[in-house]
Amino acid sequence: MRFFEYESRRILERERIPITQSGHAETPEEARKIAEDVGGPVVIKSQVLAGGRMKAGGVKFADTPEECEAHARDILALEINGQVPRGVLVAAKAQIAHEYYAGVIYDGVRKLPTFVFSDMGGIDIEEVAETHPDHIGRGHFSTVLPPMDFRAKDAIAQTGLTGRELTRLTPILSALARLFATYDMTLAEINPLVKLEDGSFVAVDAHMEMENEARPRQKALLTELGVGEDETREAREATPFEIEGERIDSVDHRGVAGNVTEFDGNLGLVIGAGGGSLTLFDAVRHHGGNPANYCEIGGNPSVSKAANLTKLVLQKPGVEKIAVMMSTVSNTRVDIVARGVIKACVELGFDPAEKIAVFRIPGAWEEEGFKILDRYGLEYADRSVSMHEAARIAVEKVSGGSDGAAPLRGEEPGAEKPPTERLSGADEVLEG
Amino acid sequence: MAGLFIDVEVDESVAGDPDLARRLEEACPVDIFADADGRVEVVEDNLDECVLCELCIGTAPAGAVRVKKLYDETVLST
Amino acid sequence: MSILIDESTTFIVQGITGREAVNLTRECLDYGSTIIGGVTPGRRGREVHGVPVFDSVAQLVEATGQVPDGSVVTVPPAFTRDAVFEAIEAGVRLVVIVTERIPRYDVAQMVELANLRGARIIGPNCLGLIRPGVGKMGGIGGPARDVVKAYQPGSVGVMSRSGGMTTEISSTLTAAGLGVSTAISIGGDPIIGSTYAELMPLFEADDQSEAIVIYSEPGGRMEAELAAWVIENRSRLPIVAFMAGRFMDEMPGMSFGHAGTIVEGKADTAAEKIARLEAAGIAVAQEIAEIPDLVRERLGGRAGAGGQVVA
Repeated sequence: MRFFEYESRRILERERIPITQSGHAETPEEARKIAEDVGGPVVIKSQVLAGGRMKAGGVKFADTPEECEAHARDILALEINGQVPRGVLVAAKAQIAHEYYAGVIYDGVRKLPTFVFSDMGGIDIEEVAETHPDHIGRGHFSTVLPPMDFRAKDAIAQTGLTGRELTRLTPILSALARLFATYDMTLAEINPLVKLEDGSFVAVDAHMEMENEARPRQKALLTELGVGEDETREAREATPFEIEGERIDSVDHRGVAGNVTEFDGNLGLVIGAGGGSLTLFDAVRHHGGNPANYCEIGGNPSVSKAANLTKLVLQKPGVEKIAVMMSTVSNTRVDIVARGVIKACVELGFDPAEKIAVFRIPGAWEEEGFKILDRYGLEYADRSVSMHEAARIAVEKVSGGSDGAAPLRGEEPGAEKPPTERLSGADEVLEG
Repeated sequence: MAGLFIDVEVDESVAGDPDLARRLEEACPVDIFADADGRVEVVEDNLDECVLCELCIGTAPAGAVRVKKLYDETVLST
Repeated sequence: MSILIDESTTFIVQGITGREAVNLTRECLDYGSTIIGGVTPGRRGREVHGVPVFDSVAQLVEATGQVPDGSVVTVPPAFTRDAVFEAIEAGVRLVVIVTERIPRYDVAQMVELANLRGARIIGPNCLGLIRPGVGKMGGIGGPARDVVKAYQPGSVGVMSRSGGMTTEISSTLTAAGLGVSTAISIGGDPIIGSTYAELMPLFEADDQSEAIVIYSEPGGRMEAELAAWVIENRSRLPIVAFMAGRFMDEMPGMSFGHAGTIVEGKADTAAEKIARLEAAGIAVAQEIAEIPDLVRERLGGRAGAGGQVVA
């Protein structure tokens, strides 16, 4: 889950990392007020969860409060990558002597968090890594031993820095590591971290991402920042269809029937589990099918939960038939899912044998499940029919599924900038 | 009214037994039985959730609880 | 030789009184595994399918007079780190973590401690592992009567980031007459205890394994790590990979399936991974049904060089 810059700054403050004076404004008038408090040149930045703000016109400089108010008015009205800004940030313009990069991320191969530091800040760190690898310092730190400043010092020293720069930067990078650990971040970066003309250091921009799995235990911080529990901060906002899928999954704790994503095809999918759904979605597209949705069932959901998800898919406009398919199941029961999907059809007044293009779930309790499917005259497949073959059967039974898969289209194809790029770099280079 | 897939019958001779009502409510993992003031009540909304575990059958006196699978017309009982 | 478990392996189940744990205990016992005890704090004196329950691992070790070889951990995410530390500090050397949705920092801590103590973690977010005909640790394959349909002893090692797909692939290998040497559900999280490359040396040393099949997904660097390992170590084992979630390349920034599928850079995409695997000589199947033939082709090619063709 990505934080807005104004939120990231508040997290830096909690660890006493110095930042430029700033405030968050929802209106041009509020922006002006902040500029008055700052009492000098300011920068006004659009608060969106996307990179490339500078290019999009979402970052402007002002010398007076009046100018700040005018810029804020423009920026507040400017959508970036389909996102309406969540207000603007107004910050004192720093007198920059030099720019650095300070970041902490996970190294999935070593399975440890790692520092990334560069004396070439203010630009995309991946670009620096490619063109000037000698200007990047790295170093893992332990998650079991107590935090030690020397790990941060070593990473910084790799870039050749020494003297007061080294001793002043070390506690800042070390604090960033503490923050990363304390708040379950997957990315914590300051870019640029700036040396001012008086030799002191200050953060001018920050980018933080928290792991979704940790949101329950980070409730205190999230509440303090005003982040709502329903804010997914995904690449695109959830549609009403997806929100309803989420609701169906959350009201009944028995198993999983959710992770719904909406597409605009005619073949409804009731598929599972995690890996099975990925495989089956690919298979449907491989055979030229146009899925109406993605979803995952698993963990042995109740009959009513499977039925409610199936109803949601059946009632989606444009859905002609549904395909019920999973990889060979171990703890999800074939008979329970069969009951759920048939019940959904019957209660909506559909003939299950007509509406369910194919049922392919082999595994636990399959003998019992096949009895139910026989009773309702469904076409079903056992494990001798591969997942891809089942997908082909389903695609053939709906119209228009022969000439190759159409490009995937969700309901809001606008926001395509990934919110979780590794080392996403700075949005802009501030001039000194 | 039965479910779409499952029906459960409890003999009238034992349905009024408060002890059985309590034990059936505890035994069933999907809440098909409720203890209604000492009387066995079958919760119709939950009938189709039956996982065929037969714990209710083992809890009641022989033959007193019968689980009917409506899709193949078989009956589970002791 | 065998991988991780053999006939004499003993293990415990932490969180044994939970709904899913009760099931997997039954399944493992039915399949012939030896479970010497279970742990749920506050439930000492109970039994689950005849397995005695203790308040702590230390108590279990004292009462049974032995340190178990392994533990299957299936406690809620907020308590998993404590349970895993408890097992490792008691001397357990193989920890299978079934629990999903554990924060990544906790996982890093558990893995780091395991490395310090010489223990191995499988998972989290996995279904465990199975040596067909010998034993299983975890819910992999389901009830014993279903396990035998999907897992017959054979020559192919299976590693999968998806628990369900471990069984789907094994079932296909079994139906094709190839069978399975050991199957490991390695887990679907961004950080896991044992990656493909870290498990490869065990399969290399296992006489029964003649080839490897992996199931992979977008997200993470695990496939790149495997490709590098294969090139560096001149593996004797041909590998066939299946890559799911190819459609995710068209939807940057969206996450599907497991937590580990979050794409954090270009190297994490399906297309990039397929290219890397193929460059290392690993065959990438378009669909599951192709896997047995691809395995046979590879084994056939090696037969002249002393490899063994298994029909």
